Amino acid sequence: MKKEPRDQNRNSPSKFNDEVENISAARAPSDLERAKMGPLKAMAASFGLPRLIITGFLLLMFIAAPFVGNDFWTQISNVINRFSWNAILVLAMVPMIHSGCGLNFGLPLGIISGLLGATLSIEFGFTGPVSFFMAILIATPIAVVLGAGYGWLLNKIKGGEMMIATYVGFSSVSFMCMMWLLLPYRSPTMVWGFAGKGLRTTISLEGFYNEVLAGFWQIRIGDNFKIPTGTLLFFALMAFLMWAFLHTKTGTAMTAVGSNPAFAKAAGVDVDRLRLLSVVLSTWLGALGILVYEQGFGFIQLYNAPFYMALPAVSAILIGGASVNKASIANVIVGTFLFQGMVTMTPTVMNSAIHMDMSEVIRIIVSEGMILYALTRKTEGGAR
Amino acid sequence: MDEKKSFGARALAFARDNIVPILFIVICIICIPLSGFSPSYLINEIVTRMGRNIFLILCLLVPIMAGMGLNFGMTLGAMAGEIALIFVSDWQIWGIPGVVLAMILQIPFSILLGLLCGSIMNRAKGREMITSYIISFFMNGLYQLVVLYMMGSIIPIKHFSIKLPRGYGIRNTVSLLNMRQCLDNLLAVNVKGVKIPVLTFLIIGVLCLFIVWFRKTKLGQDMRAVGQDMEVARDAGINVERTRLISIVISTVMAGFGMIIYLQNMGNISTYSSHSQIGMFCIAALLVGGASVDKASIGNVFLGVILFHTMFIVAPRAGAAITGDSMIGEYFRVFCSYGVITIALVMYETKKRRNKSKTAQELARAAAEETAKEAAK
Repeated sequence: MKKEPRDQNRNSPSKFNDEVENISAARAPSDLERAKMGPLKAMAASFGLPRLIITGFLLLMFIAAPFVGNDFWTQISNVINRFSWNAILVLAMVPMIHSGCGLNFGLPLGIISGLLGATLSIEFGFTGPVSFFMAILIATPIAVVLGAGYGWLLNKIKGGEMMIATYVGFSSVSFMCMMWLLLPYRSPTMVWGFAGKGLRTTISLEGFYNEVLAGFWQIRIGDNFKIPTGTLLFFALMAFLMWAFLHTKTGTAMTAVGSNPAFAKAAGVDVDRLRLLSVVLSTWLGALGILVYEQGFGFIQLYNAPFYMALPAVSAILIGGASVNKASIANVIVGTFLFQGMVTMTPTVMNSAIHMDMSEVIRIIVSEGMILYALTRKTEGGAR
Repeated sequence: MDEKKSFGARALAFARDNIVPILFIVICIICIPLSGFSPSYLINEIVTRMGRNIFLILCLLVPIMAGMGLNFGMTLGAMAGEIALIFVSDWQIWGIPGVVLAMILQIPFSILLGLLCGSIMNRAKGREMITSYIISFFMNGLYQLVVLYMMGSIIPIKHFSIKLPRGYGIRNTVSLLNMRQCLDNLLAVNVKGVKIPVLTFLIIGVLCLFIVWFRKTKLGQDMRAVGQDMEVARDAGINVERTRLISIVISTVMAGFGMIIYLQNMGNISTYSSHSQIGMFCIAALLVGGASVDKASIGNVFLGVILFHTMFIVAPRAGAAITGDSMIGEYFRVFCSYGVITIALVMYETKKRRNKSKTAQELARAAAEETAKEAAK
């Protein structure tokens, strides 16, 4: 029934409609066209094919889970927990995409600031929830300084941000690998027992800020359904602040820089300063993101762990519908949920269904495939 | 006075353009005495590593010529080479025939992968490097799917020494013991305790000649034109997409050959990790040799291999000597490889921007002169 209006349009002799069709094929459909298309097609068009496939896959997993003997509520709870750990790391992508710096493959730099904050907070002897807030407090200036340097570098190399961001991330992680061994940490909970120096690869947060947010107002139903209310609220707060920031004068100017730098410059916007600000913001959110991740996960992971942490965050926001130069908070939420849902559901369901753990392979193919898909799309607005 | 100043300026410009090799020479000079290796051991190691790596690094030259930057997608060729070697070792064909068969066998795989990689990169013009980098990750996923799940279950693998005990999938390491260094040992010459793998170097020499010759062919000229300016090349009637595609296919096929040479020297395949490191180390080595994203020569390859691998050999021991912890050296060399790539990329981009603004200024000046002339008339 609902398909009819569209068919009528196609058969109409008016040449104008043909042209509308042609144009709409090339760009995202407007509300009017969406209304004409009928619900299913409209959803496909605004959602994008890859996203639809992943959503379908995830739904299939949710439906299949009870049949192969997994508890449905455990799965849901797992997905929500994973979502709460990762959402802020994905949110960290938003400012840089908005200012036209592309996908922040240099997220490890922010993560390192967070790790420094975390380890220093423990080293200075803070415990319990205080250690979490001290970690944020210590990580902030580090993230601002590192982010400023990183932003300055990215301003020098406009157009090649993504590749260089990747390698800035890698170099900083491998540099910190040396530093974790060399820096004079002394806290017995963190250093190798026998040598008395050099940080361990994983540090337990038991007694520090393990589940400090997740335990706040936690909702428990039965044994295996937990909702980390505190973490979700914290993310909601951050997302709201980000949304509010993007609607301030500075925020809109930042978006203008991303969508059309020449125009922004002509309008008197200091392009370099706004790009720098976006990178600092992104780095700081990365630092915050890893701290939130750790409080959920319960461990600090050092050395090689941050190497590939940028890629899941990048693909999550792309799965959510962002492109190389456009992203919204909704993209973050949808993307993180879909990506983390896929990552947590696939192994359990696959394992119980066919006794074959292909989850890692599927994760790689989907997440990298998503990034590739985004990279091969034409960027809108001519940011280059 | 004036000449002296210009010499100083020239020296400064030279230092700025070659900062990466100079930095590495300094690192090597500091680290070699600290490591305490004997010169003959060091030379032996470097010669072995030259034979092992140069072919792989040479495959990066063609895409650079076509203006597609550093081809991180060379790992695709490496995967093709590994798959071919897995088949050959399953069929128990050893020695030189095995190597030759693997080389022939990898060609269709790598052509296919190269076509895929090239066509994706054609859709992401201006972002080739990051795209090829992500392609290498993506294909790693597909590679694992094939090797870990399909081999033995769908693709017939007979021999149990390379299959996982569960009945399908390939083991973490596949031994190539019967093939080990068979290319290197054929015609090897011993000079004062240094083994020189003459045949491997001959093959490398042939490839160098091929590259020199290829630059002069019509296709090579086309590639350079495309690398200079895609739009101008298109106006001149060159099929830009096809030329770029061919350059990637050539690179991938050569990477496949290179990987087989590399693995026969190593003597075993780390099925799931050999290829993922190879791309990074090859690119770092090329950049250490003084190449940039848009310009690289055979000389860069040789210098790069020598400097990079000297650092690679001596860094762990030197790091242990300085700090008393051998892990520091391990991390240091990884940091060096990433750092070098970062510096080279940053230098390339700043240079590109500088040139761009220079051209813009010249254009503006020309336009101003034009208007001045008009006004004079």
